[in-house]
Amino acid sequence: MSGPSTYEPKTGFTKWLDTRLPIVRLAYDSFIDFPTPKNLNYWWTFGGILAVCLVIQIVTGIVLAMHYIASTKDAFASVERIMRDIDYGWLIRNIHATGASMFFLAVYIPMFRGMYYGSYKQPREMLWILGVVIYGLMMATAFMGYVLPWGQMSFHGSAVITNLIGAIPLVGPTIKTYLMGGPAIGDATLNRFFSLHYLLPFVIAGVVILHIWALHVPGNGNPTGVSVKDAKKDTVPFHPYYTVKDGFAIVVFLIVFAAFVFYFPNALGHADNSIEANPLQTPAHIVPEWYLLPFYAILRAITFDIGPIPAKLIGVALMFGSILILFVLPWLDTSKVRSMRYRPFARQMFLGFVIASIGLGFCGANDPDTLIFKFREDKLSLNYTATTGATTSEIFDDFAAAQAKLQSLPPTAGGAIEISKSGFKWLWLSQILSAYYFLYFLVILPVLGVIEKPKPRPASIADSVRKKHGSKAKTAPAGAAAPQAAE
Amino acid sequence: MSEHGSNATTANGAHAGETRRDFIHIAAATVAAGGVAAVAWPFIQQLAPAADTRALSSSEVDISKVPEGGEIRVLIGGMPFFIRHRTAAEIASAKAGDTAQLRDPATDASRLRPKKDGTLNPPILITSGTCTHLGCVPVGPSQGTVGEFGGWYCPCHGSHYDTSGRIRKGPAPSNLPIPTYEYVSDTLVKISL
Repeated sequence: MSGPSTYEPKTGFTKWLDTRLPIVRLAYDSFIDFPTPKNLNYWWTFGGILAVCLVIQIVTGIVLAMHYIASTKDAFASVERIMRDIDYGWLIRNIHATGASMFFLAVYIPMFRGMYYGSYKQPREMLWILGVVIYGLMMATAFMGYVLPWGQMSFHGSAVITNLIGAIPLVGPTIKTYLMGGPAIGDATLNRFFSLHYLLPFVIAGVVILHIWALHVPGNGNPTGVSVKDAKKDTVPFHPYYTVKDGFAIVVFLIVFAAFVFYFPNALGHADNSIEANPLQTPAHIVPEWYLLPFYAILRAITFDIGPIPAKLIGVALMFGSILILFVLPWLDTSKVRSMRYRPFARQMFLGFVIASIGLGFCGANDPDTLIFKFREDKLSLNYTATTGATTSEIFDDFAAAQAKLQSLPPTAGGAIEISKSGFKWLWLSQILSAYYFLYFLVILPVLGVIEKPKPRPASIADSVRKKHGSKAKTAPAGAAAPQAAE
Repeated sequence: MSEHGSNATTANGAHAGETRRDFIHIAAATVAAGGVAAVAWPFIQQLAPAADTRALSSSEVDISKVPEGGEIRVLIGGMPFFIRHRTAAEIASAKAGDTAQLRDPATDASRLRPKKDGTLNPPILITSGTCTHLGCVPVGPSQGTVGEFGGWYCPCHGSHYDTSGRIRKGPAPSNLPIPTYEYVSDTLVKISL
């Protein structure tokens, strides 16, 4: 969408520079005069917010690296030293740790936005794919960063993840060994994770430049999904219109950010990570950080083998598949209409997708075998080996009856009384939601594009804006139309 | 090609479009790719366990110090191992398990290793300390929880192991693996990764 450059260097120096390195021209065309659809809502402000997040993480991270020691003996103590002894270390570390969560929050919202408004569709496929690449790099960076404090959850969480990689057939064990640099997570692992954790944010910054480049070729999408037809009527310059709008969104976002940093710095982390890593003792519940919980739920949803393929491998494949599927989303969605505003059925399905994704997060946080709700009151079950050799289980309402029956059994029966619960397990919910997650991409989107009859779309962005604000047509006198808009 | 001042095409004019220059391009690219691969290899292989790490991949453990009914846990190269001194009742329970329906069938005797004199030492059971499900470390007698089958219990996802370290209940697919080990003497065991 970037038309011919309108930048005119004014001073002698900028004229001289412009013929040698037209960097001011590039910035002017990209962030000042860039024609931007006039109807973008606040869901479009997260690009600026994410840029701020990346800068915050890099700046605080560089400072933390000055004090952190990547060694299994010293890592935990060095983080405690940052928190207690280094001036403002607590502040910088809290910003960095909270920043990771905020970064993911700020990346999930525009991902959902892109899915709702069809931002990934032609001609913005590369823009979307580069976004997914950034997201993947963010997950790798966050995973390695979480290992560095060398707490219990750092250690055992990374053990679970590296074991997952080991479950990949043929190459898995080799990759796992090369990843860990030894038989178990240890000094070698910690040092290479630290090195890569420092590197990857700069790789992200590089991909962000490609992402912005890919954005500036077709220009922004917009809530109507209708392409810009007349740059004069449909667009406004990025500055001041969107610098101000993005700036306001950034300020609101930073208020939330600061609230977490100063008032709830530990709300988003796990208490077990305040205990130094002990390879001989596993925490009762290993859970990843909140932003990875939906994928953890998909991993654990598979508890059954399919033919010769073991459950563990299917779980791993689906977990990675749930992310990789985003790469081909532009080709799975067959609808020509970008925005779901005009796709009445698709928007219902999308709502279901959002609920499934968030629901999977809750499934990931809960023990799969605990019950969401009970079918009946807990009873007692007596399990024993019958004289025929079969394992038998009987349900009793009260303890005395169960005890009496147990007494009557021969000692060889090996009877034992247990609490018998019956209810709806978190596991089942995660299985249902995982199924919906994949159905949405593999069945609902491809089929809906063919069978759904979309609602009429506005002729242009300018048209939709006029309609929203009540003016009938552009021939109507501006003054006459405006008062009616108040209704 | 003539604009490059070359008459290379005359050498194989019969093959339209193929020139000596193409050959040189392919050959040069091949050599470059070989060079890149040769340089890449050290950069990949440095990720593998280092010589000192590999050198620490075995350890000798004094089993006479393990109290009856208890266990000790040793880390070898960062990997946990259980050395359990089983009581007579626990050995009997492990033997009884030989005939039970097992997910990963193995007899208790097959999970022991002979001493120097060729006989087994049933009281001492040595297993890996890594749950075969997702790699957590199960709890045992030292932590006060042994699971429904008297062996170990993995608190992460609820796998129960019996007194022979065999999986009996829960999501783990297989038994606690038996590491490579040998009796150096009646009281000393050498465990290797």
